[in-house]
Amino acid sequence: MATSVSALTRIRSARLAGMSFTDYGFYVLCGTAIVLLATQAVIDPRTFFQVLDFGIADGAIYALVALGYTMVYGIIELINFAHGDIFTLSAVIGSAILGFFAVNESSFSLADLLTLLLVFPVVMLIIGGINVTIERVAYRPLRNAPRLAPLITAIGMSFTVEGVMYLWHGSAIIHFPDLLPHGAGFQTYIGGVFFTFKDVFVIVAAVILVSLLAVFINGSKLGKAMRATAQDRDAAQLMGIDINRTISATFFIGAVLAAAGGIIYGLYFNNLDYHLGFSVGLIAFTAAVFGGIGNIPGAALGGLLIGLVKAFSDNYIGSRWTHIIVFSILIAVLVFRPTGLLGMRVPEK
Amino acid sequence: MRNRVAAPPRSVWARLHLRERIRDRDTAIYGVLLLVALVFPAITLYTTDGSTYLIAVAGHAGTYVLLAIGLNVVVGFAGLLDLGYAAFFAIGAYTYALFASQQLLASPIHHAYHFPFWLMMFVGLLIAASAGAVLGFPTLRLRGDYLAIVTLGFGEIVPQVFQNFDQWTGGINAIGGIDQPTLPAWVTGPWAGADSISIVAPFSFSFDPIAYYVLIFILVSVAIVLVNNLQRSRLGRAWMAIREDEVAAAAMGINTVTTKLLAFAIGASFSGFAGAYYGASFGLVSPDDFLFIVSITVLVMIVLGGMGNIPGVIVGAVTIYFILNWFLPLLPPAVESLASSIGLGSLNSRAGDWPGLGNETQNVTLLLFGLILVTMMLLRPQGIFPSRIREQELKHATAQEDEAAIEQAHA
Amino acid sequence: MSTLDDHILVLNNVTKRFGGLVAVDDVSLSIKRGEIFALIGPNGAGKTTLFNNVTGLFKPTSGHVILNGKDITGSKPHEVARLGIARTFQNIRLFDYMTCVDNVRVGRHVRMHAKLWDGLFKLPAERREEERVTEEAMDLLRFVGIARQANQYARNLPYGQQRRLEIARALATEPKLLLLDEPAAGFTPQEKVELMALVRKILDRGVTVWLIEHDMKVVMGISERIVVLDHGEKIAEGPPEEVRTDPRVIEAYLGKSA
Ligand SMILES: Nc1ncnc2c1ncn2[C@@H]1O[C@H](COP(=O)(O)OP(=O)(O)OP(=O)(O)O)[C@@H](O)[C@H]1O
Ligand SMILES: [Mg+2]
Repeated sequence: MATSVSALTRIRSARLAGMSFTDYGFYVLCGTAIVLLATQAVIDPRTFFQVLDFGIADGAIYALVALGYTMVYGIIELINFAHGDIFTLSAVIGSAILGFFAVNESSFSLADLLTLLLVFPVVMLIIGGINVTIERVAYRPLRNAPRLAPLITAIGMSFTVEGVMYLWHGSAIIHFPDLLPHGAGFQTYIGGVFFTFKDVFVIVAAVILVSLLAVFINGSKLGKAMRATAQDRDAAQLMGIDINRTISATFFIGAVLAAAGGIIYGLYFNNLDYHLGFSVGLIAFTAAVFGGIGNIPGAALGGLLIGLVKAFSDNYIGSRWTHIIVFSILIAVLVFRPTGLLGMRVPEK
Repeated sequence: MRNRVAAPPRSVWARLHLRERIRDRDTAIYGVLLLVALVFPAITLYTTDGSTYLIAVAGHAGTYVLLAIGLNVVVGFAGLLDLGYAAFFAIGAYTYALFASQQLLASPIHHAYHFPFWLMMFVGLLIAASAGAVLGFPTLRLRGDYLAIVTLGFGEIVPQVFQNFDQWTGGINAIGGIDQPTLPAWVTGPWAGADSISIVAPFSFSFDPIAYYVLIFILVSVAIVLVNNLQRSRLGRAWMAIREDEVAAAAMGINTVTTKLLAFAIGASFSGFAGAYYGASFGLVSPDDFLFIVSITVLVMIVLGGMGNIPGVIVGAVTIYFILNWFLPLLPPAVESLASSIGLGSLNSRAGDWPGLGNETQNVTLLLFGLILVTMMLLRPQGIFPSRIREQELKHATAQEDEAAIEQAHA
Repeated sequence: MSTLDDHILVLNNVTKRFGGLVAVDDVSLSIKRGEIFALIGPNGAGKTTLFNNVTGLFKPTSGHVILNGKDITGSKPHEVARLGIARTFQNIRLFDYMTCVDNVRVGRHVRMHAKLWDGLFKLPAERREEERVTEEAMDLLRFVGIARQANQYARNLPYGQQRRLEIARALATEPKLLLLDEPAAGFTPQEKVELMALVRKILDRGVTVWLIEHDMKVVMGISERIVVLDHGEKIAEGPPEEVRTDPRVIEAYLGKSA
């Protein structure tokens, strides 16, 4: 055993033309995937682009959720298990508000459109507040506790949030009104590929949100404080950064993105249940790792890629294999590129 | 006078050092656990009029105790976060289920195997350990949480694989009719069996909760002894050294890769072992029994019990198991009867939007469980019974804080 | 000309690059069996990096590390420890949540024989080995003078005792060569004197000592030969008095402080 282990490490550290064995493995993996997909694109371009379109829309939603995971992990190294449920909760609250104002798909007026536009900021604020409270109550007191203690409270919070939704709606399907313009006037075939307004809306909305986030993180003072805290909490504190405030802000922004994602999910798919966040959260978290956890552009890229992988796998391999494929790719990426696609390579101290 | 000087022969009783031992907290916990485990069946049989239901629940709780002891080796001793522990559980359970039922008759090999439980228990153990080694081999060099994520992925893949290869495993239809363990004739004696000399029927577990209770009690006891031995051995210290500081451990001559691999494989073997028992005791194995939630539950058990401390982990496992499978399910009827007895019986019936107190309590259990987890963790961040070391450490820290506070007050 | 036998460790043109930074630049030196050899140099000179290259934490970009005539370049840290090099760390790296005696027993790991099965079933041979190792560990704690703290957790020891514990742990691996990375950093003058005595005692056990130290008084007090590193390069070598007056050394230090 011992000899084979050292043999493996020797192979790993072997270098050819400046690239290590793992680099090669990684590129071979990517290359194979690209070649396989390209073949499909040539054989049946129509299906290919249709799947691509759906994958990107789906991936855009994962990206929004993945950002929250990555930001929280980046700053306090916690896998925030409750994040997926926060996402679901926002759709549930959004649907409740719309229901309260009797907005539904059958009679959609201009006033309703206004309500819908207002639902976004309102839900974002509510969910942001909830997430900040969760951090305050369940994570902050454990900041100096053993590493796994906050992980367990995160799991507990996940159950709690799901429990609230269960108490509210039971295990029934929760309907989110199908408000986005759809039907004959809002869809088109371009080169035989079916595009809907919904797809475009999801993608555009996600791009806008991610861009806003990027501007905020890179430009604002708070954004800089967040990056500094993520890099070295103690040093940031010495520089006069208010750590607690920065962490709260991170949870708030993560929740705002998840809330947007939740409402967009509702508008796009129209059906959800209390348990949805569990699977979406798992996949989104995978996306965050995929892109390099703690890395913000990485999470966006990871979300997009996971959406694509899911769509392609559903279509070309069969949806019952998708789960296996997604997580196999995750493991393969980590084995060949241990810090994700865009993650930094931390030098060994 | 002089003959008094000779020390009286010490009795067996004195040599057990009972007093000193009870003063040691962990020994006391073991003592209480042992007592409860022995007295529990008698009491339930007596109080519930011979119903073995609670004994069956306790038997299943034992599966989780085994799982928790095994995961503690990986997470508590070696400090490797494993979020896919249920995968090895599934591997153990399916190993037994496939080779001790009619299942493979319908598979492409058209032949059913019926290997004895006692053999398959160890086969399940070995296969799970190998799976752990195979998974660990390329991934154990990953730092911290990346390893956790790989194990999470593995935990997601394995049950889905068992589900998808339905030609072999029956997929979501599960494998049923799994053999019950039987004791060989040389144990039960020649009078048990089908031969002409047989006096009693051959002994079989045949879903007898008491028999399973005895079996799991023995398995858990053996596991405790072995893991305790490991903890106090060269290997156990190496694990802890890696947990504390991997670089320093390597500089002290510990081969960190093989040592971590051993932790992974040994942890997995407990899970495989528990899986075989699980398959036998339920007689039914389905992919849904091994989802992420199982891994999470076991992790919650050990962190809440007190990571790294075997008696603490056992207490954690039993506590969480009984909250999930006894306290929460029994809550709705309990609340209903409480309401009736204090004159609020009208709340129990449904009316309009109100689903009835019992149903409402039922609806609130998930929320309640979440809040219980959060509260317990906030109250005892180190777990219920942390390893003594950590507990003293904590006291030490609070004492220092107190001193600091006093100093500040004086300044 | 000294023969190869005299030298326990020989470095031939060892270079270590981190990207564009050359942390250790073509350093060659040799350490005689049974001497106290010192490595000095301003902050960031590459001293710790050189230690890391010797102990297998880093693989040299080029050059060779030869221990007792055997090329050990690129060996893994645990292999290096087995071959007889032990070390302490500049920023103490103890096993915080283990007792002192357990810390030292971990040091014995590499000289123990118990396998998985022995530990699992507590076979008689394993029990005997455990007893023996516990005795040896206690002896070492006595040797460095912290036997009374044997059952305390490493992290609860005062700073000076932690340094001593780290030395005891390193000695437990039965090294032929002991590397000490700034063992007297943060010590009071009194503690420094005690440390120098301890280092001499270690030498008496037949262990060769190579230490990094900033305090020239300590270095002068115990070592016969000094190598000076600056910006990764070896700029001087020789007995303390000679090195102290070397103009390049003075410039390296003064240039730094100026
Ligand atoms: N893992 C690493 N990756 C990149 N650069 C490194 C690494 N380790 C050390 N360095 C760099 O190598 C140079 C030498 O560092 P080293 O720690 O060896 O200095 P030193 O002589 O021990 O200094 P000090 O007296 O402060 O301990 C420094 O510039 C340091 O930043
Ligand atoms: Mg240094």
